[in-house]
Amino acid sequence: MSAQAIAERAPSADSKAAPTRRTIQISTAGVARGPLDLADPGDVAVEMQDVSCCYGTFRAVRDINLTFARREVTALIGPSGCGKSTLLRSINRMNDLIPGARTEGRVLFDGQDVTGREVDAVDVRRRIGMVFQKPNPFPKSIYENVAFGPRINGYRGNMDELVEECLHRAALWNEVKDKLKQSGLSLSGGQQQRLCIARTIATSPEVILMDEPCSALDPRATLQIEELMRELSEQYTIVIVTHNMQQAARASDRTVFMTMGDDRSGYVVEVGPTNEIFTMPKQRLTEDYVSGRFG
Amino acid sequence: MRRRLAGTVFYAACIAAISLTLLALLLLLLDVLSRGLGHLDPDFLSGVPSRRPARAGIMPAILGSLYLGLIVAVVTFPIGVAAGIFLEEYTKDSFLNRLLRTNISNLAGVPSIIYGIFGLALFVRALNLGETLLAGALTLSLLILPVVIIATMEALRAVPASQREAAHALGATRWQAIKGAVLPAAAPGILTGIVLSMARAIGETAPLILIGAVTFVTYAPNPVEGGYTVLPIQIFQWASRPQAEFQEIAASAILVLLALMFALNALALFLRVRLSRHLQW
Amino acid sequence: MTAHTTTRRTDIGGAFPGLRRRRRSRVEQLVEAFLFLSAAVGVLTTAGIVLVLATETAGFFALVSPIDYLTGTVWSASIQPYQFGVLPLITSTLLVAVIALVLAVPVGLLAAVYLAEYASDRVRNTIKPALETIAGIPTIVLGFFAINFLTPVILQPLVPGLGGFSALAAGVVVGLLITPLVASLSDDALRAVPRALREGAYAMGATRFEVSRKVVLPAALSGVMAAVILAMSRAVGETMAVVLAAGTNPNLTLDPRESVQTMTAFIVQISLGDTPQDSIQFKALFAVGATLFAITLGLNVLSNRIVARYRNVYR
Repeated sequence: MSAQAIAERAPSADSKAAPTRRTIQISTAGVARGPLDLADPGDVAVEMQDVSCCYGTFRAVRDINLTFARREVTALIGPSGCGKSTLLRSINRMNDLIPGARTEGRVLFDGQDVTGREVDAVDVRRRIGMVFQKPNPFPKSIYENVAFGPRINGYRGNMDELVEECLHRAALWNEVKDKLKQSGLSLSGGQQQRLCIARTIATSPEVILMDEPCSALDPRATLQIEELMRELSEQYTIVIVTHNMQQAARASDRTVFMTMGDDRSGYVVEVGPTNEIFTMPKQRLTEDYVSGRFG
Repeated sequence: MRRRLAGTVFYAACIAAISLTLLALLLLLLDVLSRGLGHLDPDFLSGVPSRRPARAGIMPAILGSLYLGLIVAVVTFPIGVAAGIFLEEYTKDSFLNRLLRTNISNLAGVPSIIYGIFGLALFVRALNLGETLLAGALTLSLLILPVVIIATMEALRAVPASQREAAHALGATRWQAIKGAVLPAAAPGILTGIVLSMARAIGETAPLILIGAVTFVTYAPNPVEGGYTVLPIQIFQWASRPQAEFQEIAASAILVLLALMFALNALALFLRVRLSRHLQW
Repeated sequence: MTAHTTTRRTDIGGAFPGLRRRRRSRVEQLVEAFLFLSAAVGVLTTAGIVLVLATETAGFFALVSPIDYLTGTVWSASIQPYQFGVLPLITSTLLVAVIALVLAVPVGLLAAVYLAEYASDRVRNTIKPALETIAGIPTIVLGFFAINFLTPVILQPLVPGLGGFSALAAGVVVGLLITPLVASLSDDALRAVPRALREGAYAMGATRFEVSRKVVLPAALSGVMAAVILAMSRAVGETMAVVLAAGTNPNLTLDPRESVQTMTAFIVQISLGDTPQDSIQFKALFAVGATLFAITLGLNVLSNRIVARYRNVYR
């Protein structure tokens, strides 16, 4: 789609489109390879090395080299279908659950490759939590929703305290403290999503992946989640996929811009501090996208 | 104008088709009611079969049907639900799984009397259970199993994928995700399916004729020894007699059977509404 | 696989607290084994049915030649000289099934078109369960209805010379039994036709009847066919209604007014009496069972094939 899309949106650039992309692909290799400049290598929470994800014969994303810094919010942006969610799901091996999905390359979490067959995907997911596009609380009470993770992981401490703590951190406690026995599905959309965040925190993960967590929410609820993300980033590493550029600009420290090639497989165009990506992107494609000319 | 007329005629034919079918159902119910209501009294319900229709009762048949339904439910519930889970949640795209699924759907189409023949060979003869209520119940369990499996699979399929993902993202193993998140959400559908298949088992006649359900039983049945009877068999025996009096008590027994099945259907509906009230995705 | 079932973590390299090695707990393995075994019960049942029918039928064919069985036109299992030509049982079975289909297919199909194309959701949600109630009535009750009401009150005044037991009465009552099946499955097939197809026809000024007849029905034809074949399989295997309504007279006839004996009715007749289990009659029961099994299996497989093919059209 990209070629046509560019041609349609920028008719004057018809002759320029092809050479532009060629330049970009060359420079992409330079930008995307090698980790970010970080003060201390111990500050890297997750590092992806030459990661490609395939569904059957279709390569959804290719040759991803990225690092996610500890206690930062990193936003993945890019046109729909460019593989942002697939990339996100490869970090905690959620793609394993899709028949025919494969991940190549290495995903290092605390320096350990999590993609190996010998690694317990279940343990990976407990330590790298995930919040989904549509709030998906269990049809159980609010309390049981939060307690689900600790229970299956054999938590032996005081469950009441843990539930309260997690609901506090998810900025939901004051709204639900009198109705912990009510169904999680009885809450509003924004509250449900915060419940899902509380549920994720309850297994004490180090990284939280968020797959367009606000796309089903109204603007007010969206703002609440963004504030919450900022607070949580003091303690957790957060990676968020969003199609909302304002959201990336408001809530993230670092931004990764992805797009896809002619074979519809996604790749990383540019990575940088969020304000730089939005104010002075180095790549033409990034500029077109963040200025709304493309995508 | 002709086009409009053709449409009207067709519409009338559709209405007529439905009315005719529902009319047949109504006539059936009215006929059975008018014949059977007269005999339906406490003596009939608590009595035992007799050669004189006026003194005959159906207590052993009611008890036999209840025992039968209970055993069938106890046997098919764990096996049927487990098989449904395996086919719907595990190795879904494998050759083995496809083979098992095709097999289940073909089994669901095997005539019930064939199960009777198989039950006779397996339970009565090979396993030496004799012509007992247990042998009959196990035979009907095999007959009902595909129905329970298919109902379970449909109920599991109706649980949104996001529920499974939520559990997995919290570090649940496959079984923990099924037990903790998927099964509770699918429970109303599964329970409804099981209650409905119990109703189906209680209404079955043909296989039990081969498993030697007899009709002149004057005592409460013992599942593992001695003769037994169930409502449909009792109805069959009375309906096969030429005398009008026997037809009338057959109708009375039909009313009892229909009431039992109606109660089970109502229970299924209640379970579905009651348990799925909080399951609005 | 280690025997540890605690949540002890094993380092797999690196200075950081390691990720757990992949392993399934005992519980997980036991559960999975139980689930698999349960799923395999179905296969064992199928294998058992085939095995029982095959061995017992082989015993029967040691006494009666398969050719005589399949081509013989006289079935006399209880009156000497015994003859085991299965054709009368098969024709009787098919006669009843065809009468049932002649009734159930038009009625069920019209009902399905009404449900899928005309009825509002509210009407649909009332009528469909009512139709399905019929499918849930024990067939013994339908047999009772046939001999006590259908034959004397409705059929005998209409058809001169109709006896108390007849293929016609059995066919009508089995037709009633399978109408909901035809209606329900055809309704599913009709509703699987994409809206766009209907809207395209409406946009060209077609009436609802024309859309139903010329667009929706042809598009759903294979689904409807599958429903009809499945209904036929059901009619062929139906037992109690037929036993009561058609009688037990193994008669090679196509006259619907006559009393006939279907395959299922023969099986019931033999198992009701005190026929010794090692007699030739009892062995014939298995041969007839095998024949019935083969016919219904063939119909079911055919129906599944058609369903599988039409699913691919719109997905």
